[in-house]
Amino acid sequence: MSVDQNTVRRIARLARIAVTQEELAPLAGELSGILAWVEQLNGLDTTGVEPMTSAVAMSLKSREDVITSGNLQAEVTRNAPLSEDGFFVVPKVVE
Amino acid sequence: MREPRKEDLIEGATGPWEIVLGLEVHAQVASKAKLFSGASTEFGAEPNTQVSFVDAAMPGMLPVINWYCVEQAVRTGLGLKAQINLRSVFDRKNYFYPDLPQGYQISQFKYPVVGEGVIVIDLPGQRSVSVGIERLHLEQDAGKSLHDQDPSNSFVDLNRSGVALMEIVSRPDMRSAEEAQAYVRKLRTILRYLGTCDGNMDEGSLRADVNVSVRRIGAELGTRCEIKNVNSIRFIGQAIEYEARRQIDVLEDGGVITQETRLFDPRAGETRSMRSKEEAHDYRYFPDPDLLPLVLTQNQVDAIAASLPELPDEKKARFISAYGLSPYDATVLVAERAPADFYEAVAKGRDPKLAANWVTGDFFAALAREGFTIETSPVSAEALGQLIDLIVDGTISGRIAKQVFEKMFKDGRDPAKIVEEEGLRQVTDLSAIEASIDAVIAANPDKAAQAKDKPNLAGWFVGQVMKTTSGKANPQVVNEILLRKLGISSAG
Repeated sequence: MSVDQNTVRRIARLARIAVTQEELAPLAGELSGILAWVEQLNGLDTTGVEPMTSAVAMSLKSREDVITSGNLQAEVTRNAPLSEDGFFVVPKVVE
Repeated sequence: MREPRKEDLIEGATGPWEIVLGLEVHAQVASKAKLFSGASTEFGAEPNTQVSFVDAAMPGMLPVINWYCVEQAVRTGLGLKAQINLRSVFDRKNYFYPDLPQGYQISQFKYPVVGEGVIVIDLPGQRSVSVGIERLHLEQDAGKSLHDQDPSNSFVDLNRSGVALMEIVSRPDMRSAEEAQAYVRKLRTILRYLGTCDGNMDEGSLRADVNVSVRRIGAELGTRCEIKNVNSIRFIGQAIEYEARRQIDVLEDGGVITQETRLFDPRAGETRSMRSKEEAHDYRYFPDPDLLPLVLTQNQVDAIAASLPELPDEKKARFISAYGLSPYDATVLVAERAPADFYEAVAKGRDPKLAANWVTGDFFAALAREGFTIETSPVSAEALGQLIDLIVDGTISGRIAKQVFEKMFKDGRDPAKIVEEEGLRQVTDLSAIEASIDAVIAANPDKAAQAKDKPNLAGWFVGQVMKTTSGKANPQVVNEILLRKLGISSAG
């Protein structure tokens, strides 16, 4: 599978990564190379092999329905560029 | 394939159209803590006070699933007669929005915890329709953005971020706004019976996305538009009516419907396109590497199944067969668990129909009028039952019973006590009744003379006698004696 420049532009936009026009061609080449490298795995016969979900045999950890966290308003908003009255403040995003 | 019903069709300029509706309902799991964190789900807290570092997506924080939420999803699935998938997978649904700090929502895409089920909806005229359930999956709620606090900024509160939701997806099996509303009502009833969601639409615990399309009768499905987050049953009806009409107008003008997300504006009563730029959604779902597959054992599912309460459909069927209630009364009584339980307590050892009349009649009316619920009602099931006993054993008439009931409702006194203290016992002494009748006839000689030819006048006389006895005379006895004294044959 190879990636063209339009696909690179679309993926960059979806990931909110700024990519300049000049970067498109080299990135398309690099991404195509990475995909081709991974595609070698398609040469293996995986019939009857369960998809691996974990490197170690273990099951999903769970918690009980108990409140163990909260009242961290100051800590949670501390890294925000802007906050007011306990809210995060962001540029207007009304659709 | 359902035959379209004439009354559901919408008449356009060029002929009739059929509406096709499917719903995605987001039901908040009634849990104390969130789906993957230990923060509280309590409604109405100060902004960002119920946000753990997991919910705020701080680097390195890992989700750990709240098992209670898993059980509630399974319980709901069982209540919807749905298939429970013993293995399901959590995926990341990727998109950017300020109220989604992770940059993705943890959801279930390819392998949901619950598969196909069904809801039977009840419609006027004893009509019922089976609506297919496609799936139910667990996912995180997003935070809340406020846009009206400031001219150039939006305010974000993450208290809701990470709260467990059950997304319940129906098949496109509904054909009118009325059916869609009945579907939401029935789903809400089932959720409340199960106790898995409080169903509070005002607080956003239950929200619906409505998929609307129109087509010519017998044609393929039309292109659908999705109306997001409609938060009341009334608005669901309005949004559907407006949107169907809009689509028909576009199509009849030779236009095409583009698949899009729309928003219902309750103030304007219309739907509006939510995204000006048509940017195709590409959520790039993939299994969340932070979470292993969700695996249940059949024993766990069986244990939950064994704990299910009697559900509304079964309860309704039992009320009809065991108590001889009309389907209408049965439907009204089972709409919630509390009134159904209340009714059963009243009906126990008594005439079930008389009990149903009192519960759905005077009792429900008084609750609604005074703003009480079953839980806060000043009249207990036991007291209402005692009142019915007083009618049945002839202590009071049905008419006096209504007065006694109002007094019970006002001050919570015992019905027997009210009857004693206020001297409301029914007069069964024939000579006393006869004396009252004679007095009324003597006072109205003209009418008494006419009564032979106009038997309808007897009703007026009964009323007068009841008035002079303050309603305490047994109306049947009064009627019999009156007919005889006025010389009217009882057949008249």
